[in-house]
Amino acid sequence: MLRRAIENLGNRTVQGIWRMGFAARFFFAVLLHSGTAFRRFGLTIREMYFTGVLSLIIILVSGLFVGMVLGLQGYETLQTYGSEEALGILVALSLVRELGPVVAALLFASRAGSAITAEIGLMKATEQLSAMEMMAVDPIARVVAPRFWAGVISMPLLAALFSAMGIFGGYLVGVQLIGVDEGSFWAQMQSAVDFEQDILNGVIKSVVFGVAISTIALFEGYDAPPTAEGVSGATTRTVVTSSLAVLALDFVLTAFMFRGLN
Amino acid sequence: MQTDNLVEIRDVAFGYSARQILKGINLVARRGQVVAIMGSSGCGKTTLLRLIGGQIRPGQGTVRVAGQSVGELNQADLYRLRRKMGMLFQFGALFTDISVFDNVAFQLREHTDLPEEAIRDLVLMKLNAVGLRGAARLMPAELSGGMARRVALARAIALDPMLVMYDEPFAGLDPISLGVTGNLIRRLTDTLGLTSLLVTHDVQESLKIVDYVYFVSEGVIVAEGTAAEIRASTLPYVHQFIHGEADGPVPFHYPAPAYAEDLQLGGRRA
Amino acid sequence: MNRTTLDLWVGLFVIAGIAALLFLALKVGSMNTVNTSDSYEVVARFENIGGLKVRAPVKSAGVVVGRVVDIRFDNERYEAAVTLRLGKHYAFPKDTSAAILTSGLLGEQYVGLAAGGDSVKLKDKDQIQLTQDAVVLENLIGQFLYGKAQEGAPQ
Repeated sequence: MLRRAIENLGNRTVQGIWRMGFAARFFFAVLLHSGTAFRRFGLTIREMYFTGVLSLIIILVSGLFVGMVLGLQGYETLQTYGSEEALGILVALSLVRELGPVVAALLFASRAGSAITAEIGLMKATEQLSAMEMMAVDPIARVVAPRFWAGVISMPLLAALFSAMGIFGGYLVGVQLIGVDEGSFWAQMQSAVDFEQDILNGVIKSVVFGVAISTIALFEGYDAPPTAEGVSGATTRTVVTSSLAVLALDFVLTAFMFRGLN
Repeated sequence: MQTDNLVEIRDVAFGYSARQILKGINLVARRGQVVAIMGSSGCGKTTLLRLIGGQIRPGQGTVRVAGQSVGELNQADLYRLRRKMGMLFQFGALFTDISVFDNVAFQLREHTDLPEEAIRDLVLMKLNAVGLRGAARLMPAELSGGMARRVALARAIALDPMLVMYDEPFAGLDPISLGVTGNLIRRLTDTLGLTSLLVTHDVQESLKIVDYVYFVSEGVIVAEGTAAEIRASTLPYVHQFIHGEADGPVPFHYPAPAYAEDLQLGGRRA
Repeated sequence: MNRTTLDLWVGLFVIAGIAALLFLALKVGSMNTVNTSDSYEVVARFENIGGLKVRAPVKSAGVVVGRVVDIRFDNERYEAAVTLRLGKHYAFPKDTSAAILTSGLLGEQYVGLAAGGDSVKLKDKDQIQLTQDAVVLENLIGQFLYGKAQEGAPQ
């Protein structure tokens, strides 16, 4: 029994490392074949519509609600210390540093990532990728790379929109609803949020998340077994793996970026 | 050196570690001919097409197309060669996110710098050749199986290739579409001066249109000849195949232990 | 979907995204971070910096003129060496004094600069000679109690 369990674990580990290797090779192949995605930018723009524009609604609405909740909860906590004016700082810093990039990335993974995997997986299952290859068109350059770059470009824009929307939500609840002084709300926020340390680092985070999610989603689709359950399994794996990857990467990046501060 | 043989396959073997699929195939397709490769399902016919298209490389032997050894080409040369090949996939493999017109125009837009009007003329010409000029604005999802197959054929001949490969062009078609597709293959081969390579198990339909037939079974060629020769063949395998008999050299049963033994009629061991 | 509508939507999306970034940069954050090119650094030594942290503002007459970029412990003099990065357009006399102050009673600590009267200005890598340590609440209370005890003692 125990022997079987250990064997099983070993087998899974070896398989996992194999897949990581394949994914890494796939990632470099995509980078190498990215010429087309930029030379014919129309292809990338088309994919930005599907990944970016179609994710807008969910990102904006979620951002607004997250910001409103932050405003309410933050006010409750800060009020006990008599420093309600710091609400702006709390809302802005938590959104710009963490919640903006991370929650937007999680939403992006489940909204756009799963769609990308399903699309590529189905294209593979219906031999569209094979057909393209036989027509002397490299599917990595023509299909995969534009989707990759569309994801990498869209992610920071979506994260910024999420943060901006969230701050607006915090402002609505904090200033308009509860009645925190508007001037100190914005002024305290401005004096505490640093462009380089907070906003730029948040943008860098979201770019890294964009790379991770796009790579995972495209790889899972490209690697999916050409059957119905193969594609559905790959779609689920995309959401699970990329969500975990986002959270793990966030920890690593945060440890590097904000070490030595505070 | 220009030979009459467009496709030449010599002693080709291919297999995955567990299973040998092809074991020494010799096959020739002359320019201007329609050649069929027949055999039961899963005998490695599709693998053969993939070898010719360079999607996989042979374990041993050579695959030559127009004098070039496909297995030894680098990616750039392979892609150059593929522009002269068309392939019709089993279910068409049309790009589902773009219209019929754009499907046929795909290669023209990818590989040529033709102005949009010229592309339009060429695409309508190819669609007209398969009788679907009127369907140019439809999406692939709106087509029937037979129509999709014809659009895929128009797409395969878009760049006027020298070789067109068909993977099971007759599978899952109604009798009318079947006849239409068969005639189309023959007519396009003759009028455009192509060479056609068919992989199929539809004997009756393909024997009407082909010049030469190869029978593949268990990774080797078991019979070959012109359509008339095959019809007259007395080889038991060919006979079984053409007449669709259930049992013969190709057994009805998958290899299994004796039935009685499997049912444990010899008394159960306690 | 029509090609031009698609382009239009993507264009709007990019504009909105960049607008959000600008909003974050200008309205939420302070762009007036002094960067390395148009700034100079001076060092001030304190015996006690209290709760001062890196990135704390440096103010003079209440206006932010720079930020604390580095705090380290000087192993020879047993003091804290605090590096301040000041904007180039803020020139201070050489005898400027630095003090660690607190905004409000329990607020954030910052470095306050009080200009002196020297005609020579501070240059990059200069030292601020006059410093005043952070007020440590415990010491203050201790002093107060000590004073009270002195008062109440029999003459």
